[in-house]
Amino acid sequence: MLETTHDALKNRTWQGFLRQDGRKGIRDLILVIYTVECASFVAHGVAAGEDDVHVIGFGGCYDNEYAIRLMLALATHPNVGGCLAIGLGCEYTQPAKLAEVAEKSGRPSDWFYIQNEGGTKTGIERGKAAVRALRKKMDAQAQRVPMGWSDLIVGAECGGSDGTSGLAGNPVVGRFYDYLVEQGGSAVFEEVVEMIGLKKIMLDRAATPEVAKELDAAYQKAENYCKAVRQWSVSPGNFAGGLTSIEEKSMGAFAKSGSQPIQGVLRVAQPVPKPGLWLLDSVPDDHFMQFGYTNPNDTEGIMDLIATGAQIVMFVTGRGSVIGSPVSPLIKVTGNSRTYSRMQDDMDFDAGVILSGKRTLDEAAYDLMAMVGDVAAGQQSKPESLGHREYFVMYKHQNTPELAAGCHA
Amino acid sequence: MTRCFQIHAADNVATALDDLVPGPVELLGVTSGTQVQAIEAIQLGHKLALRAIPEGEPVTKFGVPIGIASSRIEPGSWVHLHNCHSQVDERSSHLDVHTGAAKDTHYA
Repeated sequence: MLETTHDALKNRTWQGFLRQDGRKGIRDLILVIYTVECASFVAHGVAAGEDDVHVIGFGGCYDNEYAIRLMLALATHPNVGGCLAIGLGCEYTQPAKLAEVAEKSGRPSDWFYIQNEGGTKTGIERGKAAVRALRKKMDAQAQRVPMGWSDLIVGAECGGSDGTSGLAGNPVVGRFYDYLVEQGGSAVFEEVVEMIGLKKIMLDRAATPEVAKELDAAYQKAENYCKAVRQWSVSPGNFAGGLTSIEEKSMGAFAKSGSQPIQGVLRVAQPVPKPGLWLLDSVPDDHFMQFGYTNPNDTEGIMDLIATGAQIVMFVTGRGSVIGSPVSPLIKVTGNSRTYSRMQDDMDFDAGVILSGKRTLDEAAYDLMAMVGDVAAGQQSKPESLGHREYFVMYKHQNTPELAAGCHA
Repeated sequence: MTRCFQIHAADNVATALDDLVPGPVELLGVTSGTQVQAIEAIQLGHKLALRAIPEGEPVTKFGVPIGIASSRIEPGSWVHLHNCHSQVDERSSHLDVHTGAAKDTHYA
């Protein structure tokens, strides 16, 4: 009986949205992108009160290749069907170029400069008219298709970790990742800065000797970076929650990768090349400007994961967190049942049932898989239904994926 | 009875699944079914020493060293920033042991 239920779950399909570039999404969103902080008020004004219109943007007036690649990856994301880029008119980042790339990918797109539209009110009116026109075009060309696990890319992040995260929260996501990859799906985990002290354990998971070299380089870069900036990826809340060192936090964080072989290291905004388990490297490369910390907050990492094409992101939090994400729904998992009951409006999944003995790790992983299937089929995750759409696009330097690939060859 | 969880056979610490007070604690995980004695209060998510850990010896969890004992740790005691130091992160040894708050940043 149980086996049949699990087979049914593994063969589950749902209706998705086929994009003209062949990618399949689980939502049909219009993404509004502003190209400088000065345009953010108008961008949010355009999205206010609209269904399925999300906002991201970059605050800087000087442009940055990392930020542009990230925004382009989100503009052409499987969950996005149309794009509106809004600039003020002075900044380096060009909204016309963003809209052009999105349009070329088959997504109806538009752009404007606020300075040419007369200001705040007329800018918002212009944007709202654009959103209506884009939605009309999207509906006219919409194609619904069946999707299954092999069409899905799922990201995983942890934040607000405590002593339960490594025992239950991350392991249950890891076990779900194992099932997802078995079904031909793709799983992406990140936070190389939370693999400190685990170099050998990580390299042992490499699918090939070449991948082991990539993992080694990513690990070394992360360790050097943390040393150089004198900040390790561990916060006061982690310590208060019982984690004593970055090494301890790392072992817990790495558990979310499950047990499948790692197929390679992705750079930010690089789409997943083929199904399987992938490590995302979001750590800055060497540059004459260091551009601050590699993972200043959880939202930054979640944005990088979504930019791989992930249609859903798992967020493991022992202590509790109240963030969400634009573009792809965030599913919140906690290994701490106390946190689950205290923050039930925000937490999707209580993995603490593993520690209390109510469910085995396998049973809980199937429960989680069923929940991911529901969200893929259209049910809103808790952060999604609460309207959480936090985003964070920072200045960062990473060599382009092409350059990085060239270096490895 | 309150509980703690040992995740790997090589570990010399277990994680509290409840808020522990001095007295017997049920040990779950790889050594399920045994009991240990807590000798002080230990909060949920924090670690209890399963045996004596001499100064300079590794504190082991998940089967890997997660830090080095900065002073001798007695069985049943709380293992945290005050007696276990990261091998890479020097700043963490100077944080407030209860809140984890940084004490080296000035607000005035």
